[in-house]
Amino acid sequence: MTKEQIKDTILEIIAQIIPDEDLSNLKGDIPLREQVELDSMDFLDIVMELRKRYGIEVPESDYTQLATLNGSAAYLEPRMRDL
Amino acid sequence: MHYDVVIIGAGMSGLAAGVRLAYWGKRVCIVEKHYRVGGLNSFYNLGRRKFDVGLHAMTNYVPKDIKLAPLPKLLRQLKLKAEDFALYPQRMSVIKFPDKTIRFNNDFNFFIQEVIDNFPRQADKFQKLLKSILEYDELNLHFKPISARAVVSSFLSDPLLCDMIFCPLMFYGNAQENDMEYGQFVIMFKSIFCEGFARPRAGVRQILDVLVNKYKACGGELNMRCTVKSLICANGRVESILLENGEALTADRILSSAGYIETMQLLTNHDSSKCNSNAGQLSFVEFILVLNKEPAKMGYNTTITFYNKSDKFDYRKPDELVDASSGVVCCPNNFQFESPLPEGMLRVTNMANFNLWNKLSKEEYKAQKAAWLETTLQEVVKFVPDFRDSIVFTDIFTPKTIHKFTGHINGAVYGTPNKIKTGRTHLDNLFICGTDQGFLGIVGAMLSGISMANLHVLQMG
Repeated sequence: MTKEQIKDTILEIIAQIIPDEDLSNLKGDIPLREQVELDSMDFLDIVMELRKRYGIEVPESDYTQLATLNGSAAYLEPRMRDL
Repeated sequence: MHYDVVIIGAGMSGLAAGVRLAYWGKRVCIVEKHYRVGGLNSFYNLGRRKFDVGLHAMTNYVPKDIKLAPLPKLLRQLKLKAEDFALYPQRMSVIKFPDKTIRFNNDFNFFIQEVIDNFPRQADKFQKLLKSILEYDELNLHFKPISARAVVSSFLSDPLLCDMIFCPLMFYGNAQENDMEYGQFVIMFKSIFCEGFARPRAGVRQILDVLVNKYKACGGELNMRCTVKSLICANGRVESILLENGEALTADRILSSAGYIETMQLLTNHDSSKCNSNAGQLSFVEFILVLNKEPAKMGYNTTITFYNKSDKFDYRKPDELVDASSGVVCCPNNFQFESPLPEGMLRVTNMANFNLWNKLSKEEYKAQKAAWLETTLQEVVKFVPDFRDSIVFTDIFTPKTIHKFTGHINGAVYGTPNKIKTGRTHLDNLFICGTDQGFLGIVGAMLSGISMANLHVLQMG
C-alpha cells in the first residue's frame, strides 16, 4: 500500500468506529483527537482493526505514532508496503 | 479445554469484557454459577410478574449527540447502537431532608439552580466545587485515594448541603462506610447529576439480553450453573481452573468478577493473612411493592426519591436489621415511556445489616421481613404520598438474598472498600474486574469489564 492508501484505510476504520462523524475535511498534520471525538479506547480499536485485517502488531509504546493521519501513514508504510 | 481468556461471572462487567474479547477474536469462556446472568443486576419472575434486582435506573444517561461520555464510550467499545439499550429518560428525582428538598433531572443546569436556590450563601463555593469535580480525571487508575468528605467540605461550609449531595452518590455506588473515595465521588457525581437517569422499559433484562446476544454472536462461550471450585496456582500463575463438576479449564489469562477477596479464597495456596483487603460491610434490603394503580394517579411523579429523616446523613452498616431513617424510593413507572407499564410499582431500598439477618431462624427471618416492611413504610410515607392501601403484592430481598445469589461476602453490594483500580493481583495472569476493580454502577461495571479486557488482554497483543 502507498501512504495515500494507508490514510484511506485508517479513515475507513475510523468511520466504522464513529459512523456519525464527518471525516471529509480531516487535516493530515493535526492530531485526530483535536478534529474528531475519538478517545484512547477508540485508538485501541484502530490498532485492533489493523491487527485483525492485516496482522500488523502496533506495540502500546508506539500508539502515539498514530496521533495524526500523516504520522500513521509514515509509521505504517514500512509495515504495509507489501500488502 | 484451553481458552485465551476465562471470565468468572456473567454480570455486567464479565459480559462486557466477554463481548470485547470475543469481538476481537479471542477464545473466551464465561463461567457463571447461577442459572441466570446479571449477578448484582439481575431479574426474576414470580407468577406472571417480572422483577428486577439491582438496577433502579441506568446512570450516565446522555442524549445521542454527545460522544465523549461513559455511556457512548461503552456503546462504541461494545459495537452497540444507542437504540440497543432502548433507554427512556427519568422525569424528576429528589433528595429530601427534613427542611430542604433538592430536585434534579437530566439537565445539569437545573440541578445547579436548585442547589443555588436552596443554599444561596453556598453558591460561589458550590461553583468552585463543580470546577474541581469537572477537572478531575476520575478514570486515571494511578491516583492515590483521597477522602471525598475532606475535599467536599474544603469547598462547602454548610454540612447539610454536603450530606444532601453525598446521599444519592453513596446509595448508588459507595463501598465505604461514612466516607467515599474522591475519584469514586466524581464518577458518581458526573453519572447522576451531570448526566442522569434512564431505564429500558423491560428493565435490566434489556441490557443483559443485548450483552448476551452480542457475546454469543461474536463466538463467546457462556457456561451457566458452572461454579469454580478452585484456581490451581504454580510459579506465580493460575495454572488451571477446577470446576465443581470435576472438569478443569486452562487459560492464558483469567478475569474474575467474583470480588477480590472472594477470588483470593479460590486460590489453592490462599493465605488469608496476605490478603490486605477488608470485606465490605454495606448491604441493603429492598421492599418491592406492586400497586393497584400507577403512582402518578396518586400525584406521585417522581422517578427516584432519596430521603433522610434528619439533617445528618449516616451511611454505614446499621446496628439494627434495617436503617429505615434513610433510603431510596424508586418508581419504575416514572420514566418517560411512550405508554404506561402494566402495573404500578415502588421499590424501597434501605441499608441493612448482613450478620443480623444471617443469624435469624427461618421463622424469625420471615417475621422480621414483615415487621420491617411496616416500620420502613411508616417512614417512607413521610416523604412520598401514602400508597399503603394500594399495595397488592410485596416481595422483599435482604442482604442474605444478595449473598446467596452473588456470593459477595456480607452481601456487600458494592464490594470491598479497598478497590484494585489496575485490576492486578499477585498472580501474573489473574485480574479483577467489576465491583472490586472500582467502577461502580451499571455503566461503571461495564466500563470496568471493558477497561480490564483492554488493559490486560487486548493491549498485550
